[in-house]
Amino acid sequence: MRGKLTIYMGGASALLLCSIILSLSLGGANVPIGKVWSILVHHVPYASELLGLGPVSEGAADPDETIIMKVRLSRVVLAVLVGAALALAGAGFQGVLRNPLADPYTLGVATGSSVGAALLISFGLQVWIGQLTIPAVSFLTGLCTLFIVLRLAYHKGRMELETLILSGVVVQAFFGAMVSFMVSLSKNTVNEIVFWMMGSLSMRGWNYSLIVLPYVIIGAVVLVSLSRQLNLFALGERQAMHLGVNVQRTKLIVLIVSTLMTAVAVSVSGVIGFVGLVVPHLVRLVVGPDNRIVVPLSAVMGGVYVLMSDTIARMALSPKEIPLGVVTAFIGAPFFAYLLWKRKTKGGEARG
Amino acid sequence: MIEAKALDYRIGETDILRGVDIRVDAGEFFGIIGPNGSGKSTLLKLLSGIERAQRGDVSLGGRELGGYARKELARLLAVLQQDALPPLGYTVREVVEMGRYPYQSWLGGEKEDPEELIGKVMEKLDLTRLSDRPVSELSGGERQRVALAKTLVQEPNVLMLDEPTTFLDIGFQLQMMDYIRDWQRDNGLTVVAVLHDLNLAAQYCDRLLVLHGGRVAAVGKPEEVLVPELVNEVYGTEPIVLRHPDSGVPQILLRGR
Repeated sequence: MRGKLTIYMGGASALLLCSIILSLSLGGANVPIGKVWSILVHHVPYASELLGLGPVSEGAADPDETIIMKVRLSRVVLAVLVGAALALAGAGFQGVLRNPLADPYTLGVATGSSVGAALLISFGLQVWIGQLTIPAVSFLTGLCTLFIVLRLAYHKGRMELETLILSGVVVQAFFGAMVSFMVSLSKNTVNEIVFWMMGSLSMRGWNYSLIVLPYVIIGAVVLVSLSRQLNLFALGERQAMHLGVNVQRTKLIVLIVSTLMTAVAVSVSGVIGFVGLVVPHLVRLVVGPDNRIVVPLSAVMGGVYVLMSDTIARMALSPKEIPLGVVTAFIGAPFFAYLLWKRKTKGGEARG
Repeated sequence: MIEAKALDYRIGETDILRGVDIRVDAGEFFGIIGPNGSGKSTLLKLLSGIERAQRGDVSLGGRELGGYARKELARLLAVLQQDALPPLGYTVREVVEMGRYPYQSWLGGEKEDPEELIGKVMEKLDLTRLSDRPVSELSGGERQRVALAKTLVQEPNVLMLDEPTTFLDIGFQLQMMDYIRDWQRDNGLTVVAVLHDLNLAAQYCDRLLVLHGGRVAAVGKPEEVLVPELVNEVYGTEPIVLRHPDSGVPQILLRGR
């Protein structure tokens, strides 16, 4: 297992590095990939001496260097972090709810989190209790949403797969309307609605990445350390209990952490759908169902996925930008349909 | 080994169990029988610590069940349910290894290497050749053997069975019960089994407890319990009771009208 994990994580990290370099080179002004590489290496302390590279350029300000380090890199890093957060949340929800269709978006938690953020912004309370006001309030509204959705879906101690998704859709529709309503009361309506409903990573500086980073680290550590327990959940809650898992506590922790990941991602980037659905599933197709590998690998591949989607969002109709959530939905919604269809034809079980 | 006194269990206003006393000795093969809705499965849930009785306590090895941590309990007590494995994508080997969870540290390592034990159990249950197959591709009988292997690598002192042969053909039913009895004798295991089939229960159990409407109707050796009058009282049909030609345990023939 360890060997397998190392190989896959190595491969995924290499893929992530390639995506980062590719994404940095593409844009209004294309920078050759070789140059991107040397600029990056130049900025890693001691690396250029180690690799025997000279300084990138003699002059004070190379325009390419400015574009990459000041403009593109912050956006690229944020895309990777948001992707990791959403994919981790998806893997967590799917594992603990034993529902392959669960993800921050389909459960309505993402939209629920955006209600909190939109509320604060429309009342001008963004820094009410400091920098973390928006993530904190998003987390609370996200948690309430999750609670409502689960309450709607549980019936006599059981939770049917389709009922859960249906509850998610209903709650999401309501909260989505609330966000639209609040935004339509504010002044520069259209852009903001598009941002919250469809997600975007444009015009986000380094401080946004700094908000997200600690949560992604905490979330990854917690979910990876609970990944063995998540494997046992697949046997059913009662079996997991008989094997010594504290089921209620594990479930609570995973649900809270996954909601937190979602809320943090949403509070910096709006609602980006289906990432938590698509990424863990693709990972499972390749490596099998073992969460000890699926969870950490999903974090890295989530970064790759959102980064590539964001690059498409930037480049497809350049210089105009497509909202990021549009790109992920174009990929994610057909994928969701495919999972539904696969369940139907195989008579259940789409867990891979 | 296991002892419970005056267990009461209600769901809402409905009494499921009333004043149930039970004592199972170490190394015993103990059966719980009774008609549908008599509270058999509920009793097993109380004995295995999934649910708690409103009144009365269950103790295991002289200690109250509630006083054990989950993992600690899982090292002493394992449960095999009917239809115990959903159609998972995990391989047979991966599922069997899950049985070691209660012995693993939080990093997933173990003090002693469990390889030998896992290999032995898989060999015994004829699973070695299926090792790398996903559970979802197995037949019902094979899947139930995987579930049994998982509970055996858990190395419990007490194994509880909740109608483990319900969905199996008769050949597999006997195979399953034979595996369990062999393991019980070799390792001094205590077995508590909820069984549906009275003939199977009579063949494998040292003692039987009959539940009827949430109360204990009788406890004793199969030949003391499986008598026409009691079966009629509890199941509402008067059977013919014969001696098994091989072992002499009572066996039941049903008599239609």
